[in-house]
Amino acid sequence: MSRPGPYRLKLAADAAPVEFRFDGREVCGIEGDTVASALLANGIRVVSRSFKFHRPRGIFSAGYEEPNALVQLHSGEYSIPCARATLIPLNAGLEVSSEAGWPNVSFDALRIIDFVHGAFAAGFYNKTFLYPSWRVYEPIIRKLAGFGRAPTRPDPERYETRHAHCDVLVIGGGTPGIAAARAAAADGRRVILVEQDGSFGGDIGQLLNCPNVRVLPRTAAVAYYDHDLVTLAETVTGGQSTHRPRERLWMVRAGRVVLATGCIEQPLIFSNNDRPGIMLAGAALKFLRRHSIAPGREVVVATNNDSAYIAARELRRAGVNIVALVDSRESTPDELVKEMRALEIGMHTHSLPIDSHGFSSLKGVTIGDLGSGMAVSSRQNLACDALLVSGGWSPTLHMFAQAGGKLKFSENARTFVPVAPHPSIEIVGSAGEPPAGTLGKRVSPVGDTARQWVDLKHDVTVSDIELAVRENFTAVEHIKRYTTLGMSVDQGKVGQAPGIEVIARTLGRRPSELGHTTFRPPFVPVTLGTMVGRNVGDLYAPYRRSPFYALQASAGALYEDFGEWQRPAVFPHAGETREQAMHREVKRVRNGVGLYDASPLGKIELIGPDALEFADRFYINNIMTLKVGRARYGIMLRETGIIFDDGTVVVLDKDRVLLTTTSSGAGRVAQWLEEWRQCEWPELRVVVLPVTDQWATVALTGQHARAILERLKPECDLSNAAFPHLSFRAANLLGSEARIYRVSFSGELTYEINVPANEGLKLWAALLEEGRSYGIGPFGVDALLHMRMEKGFLHVGADTDGTTVPDDVGFGKPAAAKQSHYIGKRSLSLPEHVRPDRLQLVGLSGVGTAALLVGSHLRLPGNEEPTDGWITSAGSLSADGAPIAMAMLRAGRNQMNKFVTVHDAGRNVTNARVVAPVFYDPSGARMNA
Amino acid sequence: MLNIPCPYCGPRDETEFTYGGPSHVARPDLDSTDRAWTRYLYTRQSTKGPYRERWLHSFGCGRWFNVFRDTMTHEILKVYRMGESGESSESTR
Repeated sequence: MSRPGPYRLKLAADAAPVEFRFDGREVCGIEGDTVASALLANGIRVVSRSFKFHRPRGIFSAGYEEPNALVQLHSGEYSIPCARATLIPLNAGLEVSSEAGWPNVSFDALRIIDFVHGAFAAGFYNKTFLYPSWRVYEPIIRKLAGFGRAPTRPDPERYETRHAHCDVLVIGGGTPGIAAARAAAADGRRVILVEQDGSFGGDIGQLLNCPNVRVLPRTAAVAYYDHDLVTLAETVTGGQSTHRPRERLWMVRAGRVVLATGCIEQPLIFSNNDRPGIMLAGAALKFLRRHSIAPGREVVVATNNDSAYIAARELRRAGVNIVALVDSRESTPDELVKEMRALEIGMHTHSLPIDSHGFSSLKGVTIGDLGSGMAVSSRQNLACDALLVSGGWSPTLHMFAQAGGKLKFSENARTFVPVAPHPSIEIVGSAGEPPAGTLGKRVSPVGDTARQWVDLKHDVTVSDIELAVRENFTAVEHIKRYTTLGMSVDQGKVGQAPGIEVIARTLGRRPSELGHTTFRPPFVPVTLGTMVGRNVGDLYAPYRRSPFYALQASAGALYEDFGEWQRPAVFPHAGETREQAMHREVKRVRNGVGLYDASPLGKIELIGPDALEFADRFYINNIMTLKVGRARYGIMLRETGIIFDDGTVVVLDKDRVLLTTTSSGAGRVAQWLEEWRQCEWPELRVVVLPVTDQWATVALTGQHARAILERLKPECDLSNAAFPHLSFRAANLLGSEARIYRVSFSGELTYEINVPANEGLKLWAALLEEGRSYGIGPFGVDALLHMRMEKGFLHVGADTDGTTVPDDVGFGKPAAAKQSHYIGKRSLSLPEHVRPDRLQLVGLSGVGTAALLVGSHLRLPGNEEPTDGWITSAGSLSADGAPIAMAMLRAGRNQMNKFVTVHDAGRNVTNARVVAPVFYDPSGARMNA
Repeated sequence: MLNIPCPYCGPRDETEFTYGGPSHVARPDLDSTDRAWTRYLYTRQSTKGPYRERWLHSFGCGRWFNVFRDTMTHEILKVYRMGESGESSESTR
């Protein structure tokens, strides 16, 4: 085992060592370390490679803003890309790997790109990989880019979603956040306190015991939505746990939000400011205070403000050699000068780093005396292995901006500050008031701008911005997109303020005139697993299944999705194709009897004295004349006159009407009825009650249906005279109340038998038993849809679309004849709806054996129009029979017996004859039997 | 996600509701011109700013009601029941 780190200044006697692997190599940290602190303690400088140039990069910050140390955690299907090493607590056995570099991160062969970097300016990809197509190059370039690898197998981890409400949401667990949470808790408010890090910047013991306070460590507030909905991403286990979720998404509706988010330290911009060993001064201070880690042996501190002096002082006191303190300001507060003198730290005022030296790690820095204006009057080399930089502090106001708060660049604070308060947000601590005092220069006036990084993660340099401006980009949003400044995984949190200053300088304008790019969610990367939570696999969009689902599955059903329902398409025998099975099932029903699960059919009850009147207003068919016990087919329209849904209307009793709808339309129709009942006709005494799931529905279909049903002794007269087609009887069947409807979609004698949902299986078994001697068997949706096509019955949504009015499908007469008003009636006389050349429903009879396919376009002889219509339903009269189809054809009813050409996606052209859309039993004798 | 104060149930997440288009759209007489009728059917204001619309509390009480909402800021200025004009002090919020 290796020592837990040569850069650790002191080690508590009871510190427990924790071993983990970094790029396959054993590394030892101690309990309480983050991945970043353990790597620093061990002097591991190079942790990643940059995106374009494959430059070696080291740990730059100590928090969520980290632009460099983004690592891959775990492996295989557990793998997580783009994890910030600065936030990952160390666990024994943790597997960490760097995201780029070949063969490895310390020696990356692609560093070659860095030596020809001039070719890779902004817009390089757009300008270079044009021919033959970007798509040819994209996979290779993506592979070269230094980003994480997405796992290729399904994620075995569990993720959760939780909803919460609170009076006060405090974001940020530093001293001001804890104080705000305490104050709100003392007022009796419901409080949620979140902190991204594993530890808080103060004592939270008292808060943990408050019943009205929820404290969430390792939780990031990632997005601020309308009406103060804030989403939080909580890391629960971080991965590989058998019984706890890895991450949890919180959706918090907050009464008030307190931002105690602090500031993000900004870097200095100079040549080669990206070398491993260069780090934010505040980050070095945090590593020292929390982990007793020194950033190097010989340290230079460079700053444009007071804050870095604290790092210099504390490191010096901890025994680290501070080579020099470089301050870009012309004048430095006297007490700081005195303090540095007392600590024997050499000072260079009015100076700024202008270049750094070394290869994979820092060897020295060149500082320049700023003199006056743009020049540097003198230069000096300082040998060092760590350079701590501070370019001032930018308040973390991402949540404020996402909430719609306006920000402007303050020339005084040299960063973005709120223009006006947000009604729901209170900003406390340094986020509301960044450290005061004048700031010095933070961008070097000299040096190679192609080597001055503004965005470390995305390899955007000052020269890229200069190029964008030369190419006439002037808006910040455009320059951002062209250079990809701030567009990487870290979203440019480090370097935003100096970046704006560089853009302003290049444009010759003031930063305050420029505005900023949009702050979009998420604030920090969130895994897709956290976003979707439990809504994956079977729970993604749960199926609806009828009471007969398992029974039909065991009977060999081939299930298919029909909207949200899973329904049997066919019940194939061994070796049968789906089409062969369908034709066999059709034959059984036509020649004998079959059983069909019609439970998904939409069923809505209207209850009340005005139920019939209410129903009448929705259908183009006359409902008012319908007697108790009778049923009628009906078509429903939207107000535009377009066909919306169809089904049967059954008068169950004088104040009770049942409507059936298409299976997929049940929800829509119920909502439609409710909207009219509540918003338009509140005076009608009726309630709308969807009852689809209350009933198990079996359609007993075929010439033997009556004989079989009689064997179940339903206590009602089943004779055709007493119970004719399109009527309803309540009956007692096998000891339960049953509703039996004589309606038929197949064209055969049919009893649609409804029993309470949990009585369905008993009914099904009894019908199979009694029907055995008649050769009964189940049939699926395919057979039913085929039989209805042979009959020319409309399939709304297949034969109709968003333009179809009743006359197009042969229902012009009832729609015109109905005297009372119904929804959509007024629109049927609009000029567009009565044009003689509208598409009309016809039948097609194929010439020869070439199949007619749904979607094929039709052309009338001698017509030059691109299309004269299309096939909406198709099949053949038997397994090897003549092709038939239903189609919408231009002025179709006038084209009877003409031949049309049928174009199947340009592949085949065949002919078909236009016929009436009825291929079977035109008189309806069979279903009326 | 909006937080909509249902006049019957109180404030609830937008995901419990269904949007129903503008409120108070006057339907012309059935014997009005085709032009007036098609304008009623198809022409919508799509106002930027305060706007009256219908919402259905579909995963709640199942009731339709009116929301007076600023489409720019999403601020909900008032909610009121079906049949109310939303103009006077009759509103429920």
